[in-house]
Amino acid sequence: MNLLSAHPSAGPRVITVGAGLLDEALRAQAVQTVPVSWRPPLPGTADALARVLADPRRQAANELAVSRLTSARPHLVGVRRAAEILPEGTFLHAGPPITWERASGPLRGALIGAMLLEELAGDERDAARKLAAGEVELRPCHEHATVGPMAGVVSPSMWVFEVRDEEHGGTAYCSLNEGLGKVLRYGAYGSEVLERLRWMDAVLGPALKATLERTGPVDLRSLIAQALQMGDELHNRNRAATSLLLRELAPAVVEAAPGDAAAVLRFVNGNDHFFLNPAMAAAKVSTDAARDVPGSSLVVAMARNGTDFGVQLSGLGGRWFTGPAGVPDGLYLGTYGPGDANPDIGDSTITETSGLGGFAMAASPAIVRFVGGEVSDAVRATRSMYEITLAEHPAYQIPGLGFRGTPVGIDVTLVARTGLLPVVNTGIAGRVAGTGQVGAGLVRPPVEAFTAALAALAEQAAE
Amino acid sequence: MSGAGGPMSPAGDPMSGAGGPVGAAQDPANSDTVLVRKGAYHDSVTLMRISGALTALPGVAAAMVAMGTELNLGILRDLGFSVPAADPGDLLIAVRAHDPGAAVEEAERLLSSVRPPDGGSAEQPPLTTGSAARGGADLVLVSTPGEHAFAEAQDAVRAGLPVMIFSDGVPVAQERLLKELAESTDVLVMGPDCGTAVIGGVGLGFANVLSPGPVGVVAASGTGAQQVTSLLDWAGTGVSHVLGVGGRDLSAEVGGLSTLRALRMLDDDPATELIVLVSKPPSPGVAAAVREAVGRLRTPVVPALLPETDLTEAAERALRTLGRPVPEWPSWPAWSGRQTRAKTIKGVYSGGTLGAEAATVAGQGEFVDYGDDAYTRGRAHPMIDPTLRVEALAQAHESELVLMDVVLGHGADPDPAASLAHAVARTPATVVIALVGTEGDPQDLHRQAAAFREAGAAVFTSNAQAARHARSLL
Repeated sequence: MNLLSAHPSAGPRVITVGAGLLDEALRAQAVQTVPVSWRPPLPGTADALARVLADPRRQAANELAVSRLTSARPHLVGVRRAAEILPEGTFLHAGPPITWERASGPLRGALIGAMLLEELAGDERDAARKLAAGEVELRPCHEHATVGPMAGVVSPSMWVFEVRDEEHGGTAYCSLNEGLGKVLRYGAYGSEVLERLRWMDAVLGPALKATLERTGPVDLRSLIAQALQMGDELHNRNRAATSLLLRELAPAVVEAAPGDAAAVLRFVNGNDHFFLNPAMAAAKVSTDAARDVPGSSLVVAMARNGTDFGVQLSGLGGRWFTGPAGVPDGLYLGTYGPGDANPDIGDSTITETSGLGGFAMAASPAIVRFVGGEVSDAVRATRSMYEITLAEHPAYQIPGLGFRGTPVGIDVTLVARTGLLPVVNTGIAGRVAGTGQVGAGLVRPPVEAFTAALAALAEQAAE
Repeated sequence: MSGAGGPMSPAGDPMSGAGGPVGAAQDPANSDTVLVRKGAYHDSVTLMRISGALTALPGVAAAMVAMGTELNLGILRDLGFSVPAADPGDLLIAVRAHDPGAAVEEAERLLSSVRPPDGGSAEQPPLTTGSAARGGADLVLVSTPGEHAFAEAQDAVRAGLPVMIFSDGVPVAQERLLKELAESTDVLVMGPDCGTAVIGGVGLGFANVLSPGPVGVVAASGTGAQQVTSLLDWAGTGVSHVLGVGGRDLSAEVGGLSTLRALRMLDDDPATELIVLVSKPPSPGVAAAVREAVGRLRTPVVPALLPETDLTEAAERALRTLGRPVPEWPSWPAWSGRQTRAKTIKGVYSGGTLGAEAATVAGQGEFVDYGDDAYTRGRAHPMIDPTLRVEALAQAHESELVLMDVVLGHGADPDPAASLAHAVARTPATVVIALVGTEGDPQDLHRQAAAFREAGAAVFTSNAQAARHARSLL
């Protein structure tokens, strides 16, 4: 009944959506209007949208799903050898399911590297032949509560961070970060790569394990919140978070592994992206908390395998909806150029899925030049993501936006309605197996992954 | 003349642009240019105005600036343009002219002069109603194409905001869902296909300028409400609020949810002393529910069931119920001199309810509702775009009497006499006009009346009286 009586002296404020003429007619009466910059939904989505929007479960389902996502309290509880969580004879990889035949250069390179690391092949050719013959089963990280940056390959003798959601009880894993340049996750598998991985298995993993046993769980929600206020967006910039983690762990590292402490701390200190992996596991455990709410149109995973970009929705279980992975647009290292770039790869888009990364760009003016752009572009990117998300994160805030919470919880119906695709920051892997990283930038997800997910949700919509 | 305009809701898909005359394609001095702007969206009314401006330029044979809908691509093809691939989200600029480059440049200038939706501020404009509602608002006005109106209206209702859905073509199942949802968030859904509303003095959609007063109106028909309130305004009686509910609200499927809510709202409104309920024939079950609800109200209700009650009669009954005198409704007889030879009535209406009322009162003749979907496909509503009615006048015979409405107010043609009076002057037919509007309307009612009268028409502010007069002339 507020409509008729509660008019403030300033007069009503009217949201107008559609014909500009009607907005003008209101302004001619000195009425304050808020015009919506409306445009038709993505081509071919009108029917599916109508069905999904009419699903009586959707509103409550989305509220539940996104509240689980934003209330998750990820804690770093330990590190484990991947052998403890991997099924026998299986390697994990980033993105939706893929076969060796369809795998791109960097994924193949990383798989070859894993074969050599595990001593399952004598050399590169032998490894490729065995992989092609299916001697190792390839499964997506996401199917095993895991995420992996870039190629995302996890084999038994690699170590993973273990992150637990103290709110909902879930657990997620992510590999340990090797550093930049020639690294396995970018598809490099040379001897320096394998030597580093062996050192990580023999020294870094056990040292971190002993360290975390001493420190007890590290509150990643709080650490991420602080890092956002220190200029990280937790995907392409993790310098503040890495520093914060290092400060948290350093005394315990010295106590737990006195002989290796210097090497461990130097390694962590030498890699600004060390925290990316705990951030990804934190994002994974948070988005997993939002899974499996029937009728929900919330995106719970975005991931790329170097060939396909895949999306999963809360209301559709473990089904993947894919489109071709695009080539990122960004800046290149040294003499590399766009011709050297592999299509988009990695599970690190889990950060964007949980309201970090590209969605938190406005928190990270320092990276805009790295991904090519101006500070105003970063602010615009974050602002635009509020148009396709269901909530503002209660803990992850952006000082430059008046401590507004980051946009979180992509709603596939809002993607279809606005035509806005998620903003994704990413590293760029070399196209050819064995190259490594060639740059970093922004990538545009394929629209068909989202429209296919929407269509599938429409098929299951309740009347 | 092909229908190459952009329809304006509440009739049809409002996305298209206006075209120029066909047939100039043969002029060898002309050449065609067709451009596609990916993802540049403008609403149809804006584009129609730009198309119209381009077509009026010297040396331009045809111009169409429109979104790439199937409909618009079809129109372009009919106009003889070679049509590129385009999505409904892409903007098409098609020009056939002696110097298409100059016309395209002018199109660019006009497009860039369109006020950005954010009012030019640094803030990014909201892209959905839900996003806009986060900033706080009192009301939402939805006029997107009907098939997309549900999403925006649902956002409004979810945000607890009353919504007026100007768009038509919204499926009745969606209307039912919206109105059910509105029950849970306690807000009013006006429409779909709600042409007019006045809330606390603010006119929404096609709205006359009305003084504040004691009468609240609940109306299933936009032009019906406009007629009743305009007459009341003439009688010196203002309105508190005019709440449109949409033509299907009293159907069994929708169950009168908005009518019942609007009645309760007006009953609770201290400014409303009398309620006029303008309705179309309700389904029997709903009629009983409405009767029962009306019985419970403290505020007296004057029901006006169309077409049994004419709208003028409804206004008069409202005045009598308030104990106020019923005035003579102003009219301006035609300048004499033209002897009518009319034998039949040709109704040329822009308001569906007004046309139906006139047909009932006149009891004879052939009536066309130019606001019907069949006529607004590919062009604007006749309250904005006079083209079809100008043509109808040109084709009228001297044995015919043209009975037509001219509706004033916000949102309507800013100067209907500018185009229609000329056509009235030239037609051999006798013309009687129902001029629906108030002295406060931006078009200047007296000037409009004078112009039509000067052109030879008899002008009435009461549509029923206009129809009776028409009958008496035969």
